[in-house]
Amino acid sequence: MHELSIAVSMVDMAAEEAAKRGDVKVNAIYLKLGNLTGVVKDALLFSYEIVCQGTSLEGSRLIIEEIPVIVFCPKCETETPPVAVNNLCCPKCETPTPQVISGREMEVTALEIE
Amino acid sequence: MIAEPRLIEVRKNVLKQNDVLARELRSRFEAANVFVISLVSSPGSGKTAFLEKTLTLLKEKYKVAALVGDLETENDAIRLARADVPAKQIITGTICHLEAAMVEKSLADWDLEELDFLFIENVGNLVCPSSYDLGERLRVVLMSTTEGEDKPRKYPTIFNTADVAVITKMDLAEPCEFDRQVALDSIEAVRPKMRIFEVSSKTGAGMDEWLEFLKEKVIA
Repeated sequence: MHELSIAVSMVDMAAEEAAKRGDVKVNAIYLKLGNLTGVVKDALLFSYEIVCQGTSLEGSRLIIEEIPVIVFCPKCETETPPVAVNNLCCPKCETPTPQVISGREMEVTALEIE
Repeated sequence: MIAEPRLIEVRKNVLKQNDVLARELRSRFEAANVFVISLVSSPGSGKTAFLEKTLTLLKEKYKVAALVGDLETENDAIRLARADVPAKQIITGTICHLEAAMVEKSLADWDLEELDFLFIENVGNLVCPSSYDLGERLRVVLMSTTEGEDKPRKYPTIFNTADVAVITKMDLAEPCEFDRQVALDSIEAVRPKMRIFEVSSKTGAGMDEWLEFLKEKVIA
């Protein structure tokens, strides 16, 4: 259940950004969340709401864009989703594909402010 | 006048604070010429026994130390102190993983220049530690022969973030009817080409290969 720690980091960061811009009100946080981060979307949404309580972000929304896992297949020389998150093989030629192109993101991309 | 909502671009890693601190730690470790290894696994997979054995064998030639994280008790640090090397417990309370700040705080009164190897044993947990960089050079994930060959497929993230895998309790492989090939395939599926060691901390089997691997790291 490290989603709570992650939510705390996120809210801290957003509050800091808001303060930098003259204490603007944050309506929403946009987050890119890779499917290989091991972070559960629902648990994060739940934690976010709790963490926001009593802060300047209370009532704000967390908008999560889930990023699929993409690997590079050295044999087909192409970027492709693997067979599964727990089977990092090329779906076409079944070559193991250790090179992860995306899926590890945990990045706040934007804030909606007023 | 009501201000219109607008979007501002931020582009920041959520765990930026931890990442920045971990990078600082990594530079400090590098400057002091200490090779830092973190250990992650489920509770009970034999991290502490493996670490105790590793420390005992390494200390003949190298200066080694260990930090060990748990929710409660100093038991693991006491166990590791039996290897007669500096060992310090990090008690996390209810936190399910170590963070770079906890490592930094624990290092405050240690002279890194004095060390060749520093081991950081994370809290026994196959989920949460994966997101937190501790400034280590090598992340080792352990799984034991007693906990099921498909562990890597069940917890792909942590195996994917690790550099090396160690299968522990090989002395129990037979009584547990451990299917070695299935385990190796499971690791390969979530982290293709990862280096794998098979050891028994009890009998010492496989430890030579692991120690050779470590020694090459400090020479390199």
